[in-house]
Amino acid sequence: MKASIGWLLFAILIFPGLFFTGVLGLIVGWLDRKVSARVQYRVGPPFSQNFNDFFKLLGKETIIVRNGIHSLFVIAPLVALGSTVLIATLVGITLFQWLGVANDFGDLIVIMYLMMVFSVMVILGGSASGNVYSSLGAGREIKLLLADELAFILVCLVAVIKAGYTFRLDAILATQQAQGMFIASPSGAIAFIVGLLCLQAKMTLPPFHISEAETEIVEGPLMEYSGPLLGFWKLSQAMLWVALPFLLIALFLGGFTVEGYGILWSLLKYVGIVVVMILIKNTNPRIRIDTALHFFWKILTPLAFLATILAVLGV
Amino acid sequence: MGWYKRRLAKSLWVFHVSGSPCNNCDIEILDLLTPKYDVERFGIKLVGSVRHADVLLVTGVFNQKIAPRIKRIYEQAPKPIFVVAIGTCTSGTCCFKDSYNIVPDREAVIPIDVYVPGCPPKPEAMIEAVAKLIGVLNG
Repeated sequence: MKASIGWLLFAILIFPGLFFTGVLGLIVGWLDRKVSARVQYRVGPPFSQNFNDFFKLLGKETIIVRNGIHSLFVIAPLVALGSTVLIATLVGITLFQWLGVANDFGDLIVIMYLMMVFSVMVILGGSASGNVYSSLGAGREIKLLLADELAFILVCLVAVIKAGYTFRLDAILATQQAQGMFIASPSGAIAFIVGLLCLQAKMTLPPFHISEAETEIVEGPLMEYSGPLLGFWKLSQAMLWVALPFLLIALFLGGFTVEGYGILWSLLKYVGIVVVMILIKNTNPRIRIDTALHFFWKILTPLAFLATILAVLGV
Repeated sequence: MGWYKRRLAKSLWVFHVSGSPCNNCDIEILDLLTPKYDVERFGIKLVGSVRHADVLLVTGVFNQKIAPRIKRIYEQAPKPIFVVAIGTCTSGTCCFKDSYNIVPDREAVIPIDVYVPGCPPKPEAMIEAVAKLIGVLNG
Protein backbone atom coordinates (compact mmCIF):
# COMPACT_ATOMS: atom_id res chain seq x y z
CA MET A 1 0.00 0.00 0.00
CA LYS A 2 1.37 3.35 -1.06
CA ALA A 3 0.59 6.08 1.43
CA SER A 4 3.31 8.68 0.83
CA ILE A 5 2.54 12.38 0.62
CA GLY A 6 3.01 12.35 -3.15
CA TRP A 7 0.42 9.63 -3.66
CA LEU A 8 -2.00 11.40 -1.35
CA LEU A 9 -1.62 14.65 -3.26
CA PHE A 10 -2.18 12.73 -6.50
CA ALA A 11 -5.31 11.14 -5.01
CA ILE A 12 -6.71 14.45 -3.79
CA LEU A 13 -5.88 16.56 -6.84
CA ILE A 14 -6.06 14.19 -9.82
CA PHE A 15 -7.53 10.75 -9.71
CA PRO A 16 -10.41 10.13 -7.37
CA GLY A 17 -10.25 13.73 -6.21
CA LEU A 18 -10.62 17.14 -7.79
CA PHE A 19 -9.93 16.58 -11.49
CA PHE A 20 -11.63 13.22 -12.00
CA THR A 21 -14.66 14.02 -9.87
CA GLY A 22 -15.01 17.48 -11.38
CA VAL A 23 -14.93 16.24 -14.98
CA LEU A 24 -17.22 13.27 -14.27
CA GLY A 25 -19.54 15.49 -12.22
CA LEU A 26 -19.94 17.99 -15.05
CA ILE A 27 -20.59 15.12 -17.49
CA VAL A 28 -23.23 13.68 -15.14
CA GLY A 29 -24.67 17.19 -14.82
CA TRP A 30 -25.11 17.11 -18.60
CA LEU A 31 -26.77 13.67 -18.31
CA ASP A 32 -29.14 15.17 -15.76
CA ARG A 33 -30.11 18.03 -18.07
CA LYS A 34 -30.37 15.75 -21.10
CA VAL A 35 -32.59 13.16 -19.39
CA SER A 36 -34.74 15.96 -17.96
CA ALA A 37 -35.07 17.40 -21.47
CA ARG A 38 -36.07 14.04 -22.92
CA VAL A 39 -38.68 13.62 -20.16
CA GLN A 40 -40.14 16.97 -21.26
CA TYR A 41 -39.98 16.07 -25.00
CA ARG A 42 -37.13 18.47 -25.66
CA VAL A 43 -33.75 18.00 -27.32
CA GLY A 44 -31.66 19.32 -24.47
CA PRO A 45 -28.22 20.93 -24.25
CA PRO A 46 -25.08 19.69 -26.04
CA PHE A 47 -22.50 17.48 -24.31
CA SER A 48 -20.08 20.30 -23.49
CA GLN A 49 -22.79 22.52 -21.98
CA ASN A 50 -21.79 22.28 -18.32
CA PHE A 51 -18.10 22.81 -19.14
CA ASN A 52 -19.04 25.94 -21.08
CA ASP A 53 -21.14 27.15 -18.16
CA PHE A 54 -18.31 26.57 -15.69
CA PHE A 55 -15.60 28.27 -17.79
CA LYS A 56 -17.94 31.15 -18.55
CA LEU A 57 -18.58 31.68 -14.83
CA LEU A 58 -14.81 31.70 -14.17
CA GLY A 59 -14.43 34.73 -16.43
CA LYS A 60 -17.32 36.81 -15.10
CA GLU A 61 -17.04 39.67 -12.64
CA THR A 62 -17.27 38.78 -8.96
CA ILE A 63 -19.54 41.13 -7.06
CA ILE A 64 -19.10 41.29 -3.29
CA VAL A 65 -22.20 42.68 -1.64
CA ARG A 66 -21.58 45.76 0.50
CA ASN A 67 -23.83 44.88 3.44
CA GLY A 68 -22.68 41.28 3.82
CA ILE A 69 -19.84 39.62 5.72
CA HIS A 70 -17.17 39.68 3.02
CA SER A 71 -14.68 37.12 4.35
CA LEU A 72 -17.33 34.47 5.03
CA PHE A 73 -18.99 35.16 1.69
CA VAL A 74 -15.73 34.34 -0.14
CA ILE A 75 -14.55 31.49 2.11
CA ALA A 76 -17.81 29.48 2.14
CA PRO A 77 -17.75 28.25 -1.50
CA LEU A 78 -14.04 27.40 -1.26
CA VAL A 79 -14.44 25.35 1.94
CA ALA A 80 -17.51 23.65 0.42
CA LEU A 81 -15.48 22.72 -2.67
CA GLY A 82 -12.66 21.45 -0.44
CA SER A 83 -14.96 19.27 1.65
CA THR A 84 -16.55 17.85 -1.52
CA VAL A 85 -13.10 17.02 -2.89
CA LEU A 86 -12.24 15.26 0.37
CA ILE A 87 -15.47 13.21 0.35
CA ALA A 88 -14.77 12.20 -3.26
CA THR A 89 -11.17 11.30 -2.43
CA LEU A 90 -12.00 9.24 0.67
CA VAL A 91 -14.77 7.32 -1.08
CA GLY A 92 -12.74 7.06 -4.29
CA ILE A 93 -9.54 5.56 -2.86
CA THR A 94 -11.65 2.94 -1.09
CA LEU A 95 -13.65 2.05 -4.20
CA PHE A 96 -10.66 2.03 -6.57
CA GLN A 97 -8.46 -0.29 -4.55
CA TRP A 98 -6.22 -1.07 -7.53
CA LEU A 99 -4.92 2.49 -7.12
CA GLY A 100 -3.18 1.19 -4.02
CA VAL A 101 -3.56 4.20 -1.72
CA ALA A 102 -4.39 3.04 1.79
CA ASN A 103 -7.43 4.61 3.42
CA ASP A 104 -6.03 4.85 6.94
CA PHE A 105 -7.32 8.30 7.76
CA GLY A 106 -10.95 8.57 6.80
CA ASP A 107 -13.74 6.32 8.00
CA LEU A 108 -17.50 6.72 7.70
CA ILE A 109 -17.68 9.23 10.56
CA VAL A 110 -15.28 11.58 8.76
CA ILE A 111 -17.37 11.33 5.60
CA MET A 112 -20.62 12.08 7.47
CA TYR A 113 -18.86 15.03 9.11
CA LEU A 114 -17.61 16.36 5.76
CA MET A 115 -21.08 16.08 4.26
CA MET A 116 -22.38 18.16 7.14
CA VAL A 117 -19.59 20.71 6.55
CA PHE A 118 -20.90 21.17 3.01
CA SER A 119 -24.42 21.93 4.25
CA VAL A 120 -23.07 24.24 6.97
CA MET A 121 -21.07 26.14 4.34
CA VAL A 122 -24.22 26.59 2.24
CA ILE A 123 -25.91 27.99 5.36
CA LEU A 124 -22.97 30.30 6.23
CA GLY A 125 -22.54 31.52 2.65
CA GLY A 126 -26.24 32.24 2.36
CA SER A 127 -26.35 34.08 5.67
CA ALA A 128 -23.23 36.12 4.86
CA SER A 129 -24.60 37.63 1.67
CA GLY A 130 -26.88 40.14 3.38
CA ASN A 131 -29.93 39.31 1.30
CA VAL A 132 -33.37 38.47 2.61
CA TYR A 133 -33.95 35.63 0.18
CA SER A 134 -30.52 34.16 0.86
CA SER A 135 -31.11 34.10 4.60
CA LEU A 136 -34.55 32.55 4.02
CA GLY A 137 -32.84 29.86 1.94
CA ALA A 138 -30.19 29.36 4.64
CA GLY A 139 -32.88 28.89 7.26
CA ARG A 140 -34.61 26.31 5.11
CA GLU A 141 -31.29 24.53 4.57
CA ILE A 142 -30.89 24.22 8.37
CA LYS A 143 -34.35 22.67 8.66
CA LEU A 144 -33.65 20.30 5.78
CA LEU A 145 -30.35 19.28 7.40
CA LEU A 146 -32.18 18.56 10.66
CA ALA A 147 -34.74 16.55 8.72
CA ASP A 148 -32.45 14.27 6.72
CA GLU A 149 -29.42 13.92 9.00
CA LEU A 150 -30.85 11.38 11.46
CA ALA A 151 -32.24 9.15 8.72
CA PHE A 152 -28.91 9.28 6.89
CA ILE A 153 -26.89 8.39 9.99
CA LEU A 154 -29.19 5.42 10.64
CA VAL A 155 -28.70 4.30 7.02
CA CYS A 156 -24.93 4.43 7.45
CA LEU A 157 -25.32 2.55 10.73
CA VAL A 158 -27.02 -0.36 8.94
CA ALA A 159 -23.94 -0.90 6.79
CA VAL A 160 -21.72 -0.50 9.86
CA ILE A 161 -23.66 -3.16 11.83
CA LYS A 162 -23.79 -5.59 8.94
CA ALA A 163 -20.02 -5.30 8.45
CA GLY A 164 -19.47 -6.36 12.06
CA TYR A 165 -19.53 -3.00 13.88
CA THR A 166 -16.72 -1.29 12.02
CA PHE A 167 -16.71 2.26 10.70
CA ARG A 168 -13.91 1.62 8.20
CA LEU A 169 -15.13 1.90 4.61
CA ASP A 170 -12.63 -0.64 3.30
CA ALA A 171 -13.79 -3.18 5.92
CA ILE A 172 -17.42 -2.62 4.88
CA LEU A 173 -16.40 -3.18 1.26
CA ALA A 174 -14.36 -6.28 2.11
CA THR A 175 -17.30 -7.82 4.01
CA GLN A 176 -19.52 -7.32 0.98
CA GLN A 177 -16.97 -8.85 -1.37
CA ALA A 178 -16.87 -11.90 0.90
CA GLN A 179 -20.59 -12.29 1.71
CA GLY A 180 -22.39 -10.56 -1.17
CA MET A 181 -23.95 -7.12 -1.38
CA PHE A 182 -25.82 -5.74 1.63
CA ILE A 183 -28.72 -4.69 -0.61
CA ALA A 184 -29.63 -8.38 -1.06
CA SER A 185 -30.87 -8.60 2.56
CA PRO A 186 -34.16 -7.01 3.76
CA SER A 187 -32.47 -4.52 6.10
CA GLY A 188 -29.98 -3.53 3.40
CA ALA A 189 -32.73 -3.03 0.81
CA ILE A 190 -34.77 -0.78 3.13
CA ALA A 191 -31.66 1.19 4.09
CA PHE A 192 -30.67 1.61 0.43
CA ILE A 193 -34.04 3.10 -0.53
CA VAL A 194 -34.04 5.44 2.46
CA GLY A 195 -30.44 6.37 1.67
CA LEU A 196 -31.33 7.22 -1.93
CA LEU A 197 -34.04 9.62 -0.77
CA CYS A 198 -31.64 11.13 1.79
CA LEU A 199 -29.10 11.78 -0.98
CA GLN A 200 -31.82 13.57 -2.91
CA ALA A 201 -32.27 15.87 0.09
CA LYS A 202 -28.51 16.23 0.73
CA MET A 203 -27.99 17.41 -2.84
CA THR A 204 -31.10 19.66 -2.60
CA LEU A 205 -32.56 18.11 -5.73
CA PRO A 206 -36.29 18.25 -6.43
CA PRO A 207 -38.59 17.46 -4.60
CA PHE A 208 -36.32 18.67 -1.76
CA HIS A 209 -34.93 21.81 -3.44
CA ILE A 210 -36.76 23.81 -0.78
CA SER A 211 -33.72 25.90 0.08
CA GLU A 212 -32.91 26.81 -3.53
CA ALA A 213 -36.42 27.15 -4.95
CA GLU A 214 -35.67 29.12 -8.13
CA THR A 215 -39.20 30.34 -8.69
CA GLU A 216 -39.82 31.21 -5.07
CA ILE A 217 -36.66 32.51 -3.39
CA VAL A 218 -34.44 32.70 -6.52
CA GLU A 219 -31.78 30.07 -5.74
CA GLY A 220 -31.76 30.96 -2.04
CA PRO A 221 -28.23 30.90 -0.60
CA LEU A 222 -26.62 31.19 -4.06
CA MET A 223 -28.61 34.27 -5.06
CA GLU A 224 -25.94 36.93 -4.48
CA TYR A 225 -23.04 34.87 -5.79
CA SER A 226 -21.65 35.75 -9.21
CA GLY A 227 -18.66 34.85 -11.35
CA PRO A 228 -16.03 32.36 -10.14
CA LEU A 229 -17.58 31.95 -6.67
CA LEU A 230 -20.86 30.84 -8.26
CA GLY A 231 -18.81 28.58 -10.52
CA PHE A 232 -17.24 26.90 -7.48
CA TRP A 233 -20.70 26.34 -5.97
CA LYS A 234 -21.91 24.80 -9.22
CA LEU A 235 -18.77 22.66 -9.45
CA SER A 236 -19.14 21.32 -5.93
CA GLN A 237 -22.81 20.56 -6.54
CA ALA A 238 -21.79 18.71 -9.70
CA MET A 239 -19.12 16.80 -7.75
CA LEU A 240 -21.76 15.66 -5.26
CA TRP A 241 -23.37 13.87 -8.23
CA VAL A 242 -20.27 11.64 -8.20
CA ALA A 243 -19.26 11.45 -4.56
CA LEU A 244 -22.61 10.61 -2.94
CA PRO A 245 -23.75 7.85 -5.35
CA PHE A 246 -20.22 6.38 -5.01
CA LEU A 247 -20.70 6.37 -1.23
CA LEU A 248 -24.02 4.55 -1.59
CA ILE A 249 -22.38 2.01 -3.92
CA ALA A 250 -19.61 1.46 -1.38
CA LEU A 251 -22.10 1.04 1.48
CA PHE A 252 -24.71 -1.23 -0.11
CA LEU A 253 -23.83 -2.31 -3.66
CA GLY A 254 -20.43 -3.87 -3.02
CA GLY A 255 -18.21 -1.35 -4.78
CA PHE A 256 -16.72 -1.57 -8.25
CA THR A 257 -15.05 -4.50 -9.94
CA VAL A 258 -12.61 -3.97 -12.80
CA GLU A 259 -12.22 -7.52 -14.18
CA GLY A 260 -13.77 -8.30 -17.57
CA TYR A 261 -17.49 -7.65 -17.78
CA GLY A 262 -17.37 -6.41 -14.18
CA ILE A 263 -16.64 -2.94 -15.55
CA LEU A 264 -20.03 -2.88 -17.31
CA TRP A 265 -21.74 -4.06 -14.12
CA SER A 266 -19.97 -1.32 -12.12
CA LEU A 267 -21.01 1.29 -14.69
CA LEU A 268 -24.58 0.01 -14.57
CA LYS A 269 -24.68 0.42 -10.77
CA TYR A 270 -23.57 4.05 -10.96
CA VAL A 271 -25.64 5.11 -13.99
CA GLY A 272 -28.66 3.26 -12.57
CA ILE A 273 -28.53 5.20 -9.29
CA VAL A 274 -28.02 8.50 -11.13
CA VAL A 275 -30.90 7.91 -13.57
CA VAL A 276 -33.28 6.89 -10.75
CA MET A 277 -32.36 10.12 -8.95
CA ILE A 278 -32.94 12.15 -12.13
CA LEU A 279 -36.34 10.52 -12.67
CA ILE A 280 -37.38 11.19 -9.04
CA LYS A 281 -36.22 14.75 -9.61
CA ASN A 282 -38.32 15.15 -12.74
CA THR A 283 -41.53 13.57 -11.58
CA ASN A 284 -41.99 15.32 -8.24
CA PRO A 285 -42.93 18.93 -7.51
CA ARG A 286 -41.30 20.87 -4.68
CA ILE A 287 -42.73 20.10 -1.24
CA ARG A 288 -43.08 22.52 1.66
CA ILE A 289 -40.56 22.45 4.50
CA ASP A 290 -43.12 21.06 6.97
CA THR A 291 -44.00 18.30 4.50
CA ALA A 292 -40.31 17.47 4.20
CA LEU A 293 -39.91 17.32 7.99
CA HIS A 294 -43.02 15.13 8.21
CA PHE A 295 -41.71 12.85 5.45
CA PHE A 296 -38.27 12.40 7.00
CA TRP A 297 -39.16 12.23 10.69
CA LYS A 298 -42.40 10.28 10.55
CA ILE A 299 -41.79 7.96 7.59
CA LEU A 300 -38.12 7.60 6.63
CA THR A 301 -36.50 7.73 10.07
CA PRO A 302 -38.77 4.97 11.51
CA LEU A 303 -38.07 2.93 8.37
CA ALA A 304 -34.33 3.42 8.79
CA PHE A 305 -34.68 2.55 12.48
CA LEU A 306 -36.53 -0.64 11.52
CA ALA A 307 -33.68 -1.47 9.12
CA THR A 308 -31.17 -0.93 11.94
CA ILE A 309 -33.08 -3.31 14.23
CA LEU A 310 -33.29 -5.89 11.45
CA ALA A 311 -29.55 -5.51 10.88
CA VAL A 312 -28.85 -6.08 14.59
CA LEU A 313 -31.02 -9.22 14.42
CA GLY A 314 -28.93 -10.30 11.45
CA VAL A 315 -31.65 -10.31 8.77
CA MET B 1 -10.06 36.29 -25.38
CA GLY B 2 -11.65 34.64 -28.40
CA TRP B 3 -11.76 31.30 -26.58
CA TYR B 4 -13.58 32.83 -23.66
CA LYS B 5 -16.08 34.63 -25.88
CA ARG B 6 -16.92 31.36 -27.63
CA ARG B 7 -17.57 29.77 -24.22
CA LEU B 8 -19.74 32.74 -23.32
CA ALA B 9 -21.66 32.47 -26.60
CA LYS B 10 -22.57 28.89 -25.78
CA SER B 11 -23.82 29.62 -22.30
CA LEU B 12 -25.96 32.76 -22.22
CA TRP B 13 -28.08 32.95 -19.07
CA VAL B 14 -30.90 35.42 -19.52
CA PHE B 15 -32.54 37.59 -16.90
CA HIS B 16 -35.89 39.19 -17.56
CA VAL B 17 -36.11 42.91 -16.77
CA SER B 18 -39.60 44.23 -17.18
CA GLY B 19 -39.52 47.99 -17.46
CA SER B 20 -43.19 49.10 -17.51
CA PRO B 21 -44.36 46.81 -20.31
CA CYS B 22 -47.97 45.99 -21.20
CA ASN B 23 -47.02 42.35 -20.45
CA ASN B 24 -47.42 41.03 -24.00
CA CYS B 25 -43.68 40.87 -24.63
CA ASP B 26 -43.22 39.15 -21.26
CA ILE B 27 -45.75 36.49 -22.19
CA GLU B 28 -43.91 35.97 -25.47
CA ILE B 29 -40.62 35.61 -23.56
CA LEU B 30 -42.26 32.93 -21.42
CA ASP B 31 -43.40 31.24 -24.65
CA LEU B 32 -39.82 31.36 -25.84
CA LEU B 33 -38.70 29.35 -22.80
CA THR B 34 -41.24 26.54 -23.25
CA PRO B 35 -40.26 23.05 -24.50
CA LYS B 36 -41.54 23.84 -28.00
CA TYR B 37 -38.66 26.23 -28.76
CA ASP B 38 -36.20 24.55 -26.35
CA VAL B 39 -33.58 27.30 -26.14
CA GLU B 40 -31.56 25.10 -23.77
CA ARG B 41 -30.18 23.59 -27.02
CA PHE B 42 -28.10 26.76 -27.33
CA GLY B 43 -27.27 26.84 -23.63
CA ILE B 44 -29.75 29.63 -22.94
CA LYS B 45 -31.24 29.40 -19.48
CA LEU B 46 -33.58 31.67 -17.56
CA VAL B 47 -32.12 32.68 -14.19
CA GLY B 48 -33.96 34.32 -11.34
CA SER B 49 -31.15 36.47 -9.96
CA VAL B 50 -29.46 39.27 -11.88
CA ARG B 51 -26.11 38.25 -10.37
CA HIS B 52 -26.14 35.09 -12.50
CA ALA B 53 -27.17 36.82 -15.73
CA ASP B 54 -25.27 37.28 -19.00
CA VAL B 55 -28.09 38.83 -21.01
CA LEU B 56 -30.79 41.23 -19.86
CA LEU B 57 -34.04 40.96 -21.80
CA VAL B 58 -35.58 44.41 -21.36
CA THR B 59 -39.24 44.93 -22.22
CA GLY B 60 -41.42 48.03 -22.09
CA VAL B 61 -40.99 51.69 -22.77
CA PHE B 62 -38.34 53.61 -20.80
CA ASN B 63 -40.13 56.31 -18.86
CA GLN B 64 -38.69 58.62 -16.25
CA LYS B 65 -39.91 56.51 -13.37
CA ILE B 66 -38.43 53.19 -14.55
CA ALA B 67 -35.20 54.43 -16.18
CA PRO B 68 -33.19 54.80 -12.92
CA ARG B 69 -34.29 51.34 -11.85
CA ILE B 70 -33.27 49.74 -15.15
CA LYS B 71 -29.92 51.50 -14.83
CA ARG B 72 -29.55 50.13 -11.30
CA ILE B 73 -30.32 46.58 -12.40
CA TYR B 74 -27.77 46.95 -15.19
CA GLU B 75 -25.17 48.06 -12.66
CA GLN B 76 -25.97 45.13 -10.38
CA ALA B 77 -25.25 42.60 -13.11
CA PRO B 78 -21.74 41.12 -13.35
CA LYS B 79 -19.85 42.23 -16.46
CA PRO B 80 -19.62 41.28 -19.34
CA ILE B 81 -23.36 41.76 -19.73
CA PHE B 82 -25.44 42.19 -22.88
CA VAL B 83 -28.79 43.89 -23.28
CA VAL B 84 -31.50 42.79 -25.72
CA ALA B 85 -34.41 45.22 -26.13
CA ILE B 86 -37.58 43.22 -26.71
CA GLY B 87 -40.56 44.80 -28.45
CA THR B 88 -41.42 47.97 -30.30
CA CYS B 89 -41.78 49.94 -27.04
CA THR B 90 -38.16 49.42 -26.08
CA SER B 91 -36.89 49.65 -29.66
CA GLY B 92 -38.80 52.71 -30.83
CA THR B 93 -41.15 53.93 -28.04
CA CYS B 94 -44.14 52.78 -30.14
CA CYS B 95 -47.35 54.80 -29.64
CA PHE B 96 -45.93 56.49 -26.55
CA LYS B 97 -43.46 58.57 -28.52
CA ASP B 98 -45.22 61.89 -27.76
CA SER B 99 -45.85 61.08 -24.12
CA TYR B 100 -44.63 63.57 -21.52
CA ASN B 101 -42.65 61.16 -19.34
CA ILE B 102 -40.61 59.32 -21.99
CA VAL B 103 -36.82 59.14 -21.74
CA PRO B 104 -35.92 60.08 -25.34
CA ASP B 105 -32.38 58.66 -25.40
CA ARG B 106 -32.54 55.02 -24.28
CA GLU B 107 -28.88 54.38 -25.00
CA ALA B 108 -27.99 57.03 -22.41
CA VAL B 109 -29.65 54.88 -19.71
CA ILE B 110 -28.03 51.55 -20.58
CA PRO B 111 -26.12 50.40 -23.69
CA ILE B 112 -28.37 48.17 -25.82
CA ASP B 113 -26.77 45.51 -28.02
CA VAL B 114 -29.68 44.08 -30.02
CA TYR B 115 -33.13 45.45 -30.81
CA VAL B 116 -36.07 43.11 -31.48
CA PRO B 117 -39.01 45.08 -32.94
CA GLY B 118 -42.52 43.65 -32.92
CA CYS B 119 -45.64 44.16 -30.85
CA PRO B 120 -45.12 41.61 -29.39
CA PRO B 121 -42.19 40.02 -31.29
CA LYS B 122 -42.54 36.32 -32.06
CA PRO B 123 -40.31 33.90 -30.15
CA GLU B 124 -38.58 33.10 -33.48
CA ALA B 125 -37.59 36.78 -33.76
CA MET B 126 -36.09 36.66 -30.27
CA ILE B 127 -34.16 33.50 -31.09
CA GLU B 128 -32.83 35.27 -34.20
CA ALA B 129 -31.75 38.23 -32.08
CA VAL B 130 -29.91 36.01 -29.61
CA ALA B 131 -28.37 34.12 -32.55
CA LYS B 132 -27.09 37.48 -33.85
CA LEU B 133 -25.57 38.15 -30.44
CA ILE B 134 -23.91 34.73 -30.52
CA GLY B 135 -22.61 35.54 -34.02
CA VAL B 136 -21.10 38.79 -32.76
CA LEU B 137 -19.45 36.97 -29.86
CA ASN B 138 -18.02 34.30 -32.14
CA GLY B 139 -16.54 37.05 -34.32
